Amino acid sequence: MSATLTSSPGAATGSAPAARQSYARYVGGRLLGALGSLAFVLVVNFFLFRVLPGDPARTLGRGRFRTEEQLEQFRATYGLTEPLPQQFVTFLQNTLTGDLGISLRYRVPVADLILDRLWPTLLLVGTSMLLATVIGVYLGMISAWNRGRPVDRVWTNSTLTLYSMPEWWLGLLLIATVAVGAGPIPGIFPTGGLNSVDVDPGTFDYVLDTAWHLTLPVITLTLAYLADYALIMRSSLLDELGEDYLVTARAKGLRDIAVRRHHAVPNALLPTTTLVALNLGFVVSGAITIETIFSIPGLGLLATEALSIPDYWVLQGTFLVASAAVILANLLANLLYGVLDPRVRT
Amino acid sequence: MSSASAPLSARQIARRRRGRALRRTWAEFRRHRSGVVGLVVLTAFVLMAVFASLLVDPEGLEVTKATGGVLEGPSGQFPLGTDDNGRSVLTLLIYGARISLFVGLLATAISMVIGTLMGLMSGFFEGWPSAILFRVTEWFLVIPFLPLALVLASVLGRSLWNIALVIGVTSWPGTALLIRSQTLSIKERPYLDRARVLGAGRWHLMSRHILPNVMPMVLANTTLTVAIAILTETTLSFLGLGDPTRVSWGSMLEDAFTVGAMTTGAWWFIVPPGVCVVLVVLAFTLVGQSLEEIFNPRLRRR
Repeated sequence: MSATLTSSPGAATGSAPAARQSYARYVGGRLLGALGSLAFVLVVNFFLFRVLPGDPARTLGRGRFRTEEQLEQFRATYGLTEPLPQQFVTFLQNTLTGDLGISLRYRVPVADLILDRLWPTLLLVGTSMLLATVIGVYLGMISAWNRGRPVDRVWTNSTLTLYSMPEWWLGLLLIATVAVGAGPIPGIFPTGGLNSVDVDPGTFDYVLDTAWHLTLPVITLTLAYLADYALIMRSSLLDELGEDYLVTARAKGLRDIAVRRHHAVPNALLPTTTLVALNLGFVVSGAITIETIFSIPGLGLLATEALSIPDYWVLQGTFLVASAAVILANLLANLLYGVLDPRVRT
Repeated sequence: MSSASAPLSARQIARRRRGRALRRTWAEFRRHRSGVVGLVVLTAFVLMAVFASLLVDPEGLEVTKATGGVLEGPSGQFPLGTDDNGRSVLTLLIYGARISLFVGLLATAISMVIGTLMGLMSGFFEGWPSAILFRVTEWFLVIPFLPLALVLASVLGRSLWNIALVIGVTSWPGTALLIRSQTLSIKERPYLDRARVLGAGRWHLMSRHILPNVMPMVLANTTLTVAIAILTETTLSFLGLGDPTRVSWGSMLEDAFTVGAMTTGAWWFIVPPGVCVVLVVLAFTLVGQSLEEIFNPRLRRR
């Protein structure tokens, strides 16, 4: 297993050169696929805003221009007077060098804006995802082991309900109860934002303050993600529990608990691992609604705010970053799966 | 059963066979308690949406004819209170069912047509056409849905049709992959070789042999997709991308959020629309899961 972790095809002196080579080919194929997806996203990104019906200058600057001169100037600034292929080349050059345009609202480069807003999103979604994975996998295991018993029914029904719930609605309910306070419930958490204004950045209090502000959003997102993991862990563990090798393990005299822990669970974790890796890519887009209702200044809020202007360059930039994240995570998931399950390297 | 005196035509035989299969599926379905519960809930909501105008006066939707106060609590006249315009929340809720279900079903139809076609073709063809179709499916699979929906909705404008289009265009890859794998496995079965040897063309094979075998999975998947589509419609409307002139559960929640119903304690404006969404989505999911279990023997032992 460990031999497949390295992927350099030249060093074929290990114990399993063939496996190594096949993994290298697998990696190569996946890399090409990811590059293809990236190219596709770039093309979509370009054409979405330019080949739509109507004059892009008017669409992009909707209602902002009173005179022809202003329109002309806008066109010249954004290179909209050039022929389409030329525009595409310029777009590619700009995007690949990290130039995502200037925000119509903030008047600063979109790339800087995105970098600025990345941290709160990563903090929020990263924490939630970690919690959701651990709790979700655990719940899924409990459910599968007690299939059909009350525990299973309670957990499966709760996760299904969570799965059917718009996560932001859950957030609204939490705000209305434990943040604002309703009836006998005191409002103990802030209703939104990432920090109080009166706490100095850099102090320990600041960290505590951030944690206090993030508690409700993290709980909401954790509950939203958790359902997915619990359901998939339960079903893949149930799949494994019916397999012959478990009967063999039991026949060898291993105790039930050992069979489950050392034989069934590692195999059942495969689909969950993929799901976790895939979901990593939705870090950027996953928090859009939660950031909106809790007004956390992350990428999601940036996108929804841009919507009301509409600030096309910001929308385009966040879309690009979000897609790139998904593609990267997808690649990661595939590579990981290739290591964990050698059968997929065909 | 087989006491027919006159020989039956091929069509009659096929109809009888289908009738029997349908009855068998129904008998099987009735044994899934959660599926039956889901179906009952769904029927209730569909009836509510269809007969909305019999249940409540459609004039209650017009802001200018609103009779209640601003965000009034539940009372005898307004069982679920009023919204920020003085309209009865119950009226909005009943009419909202129409929009939410309509958009959900329309989006699912779009997604199913694209997904089934792409899946069938990429599974049935061989060589580069199949590879290209598969690649395209993968591309759409990685597009992050919500950011794209934001971009599309902002470019296309805000309307019911656009929301359905956006959901449909972004949600088909999962279906396509499912149908593709199903097609690939059916394609290898001997009876297809037999049909081919008998001179069946591609179209015949696809429409008469593969599609009918894939259909049950499509049906189960459709039900699950409706659930996701309704959930997405609610989210998009909540973000303000829905048709501003129509009331859906999502747009009600958007309204509630904008006027700060959570901070003023107007729970009757937040809780009911969300509960409706959860009930409908859960119902579709339960029905879909039961169908999946019936049509996919691998899942049956769960």
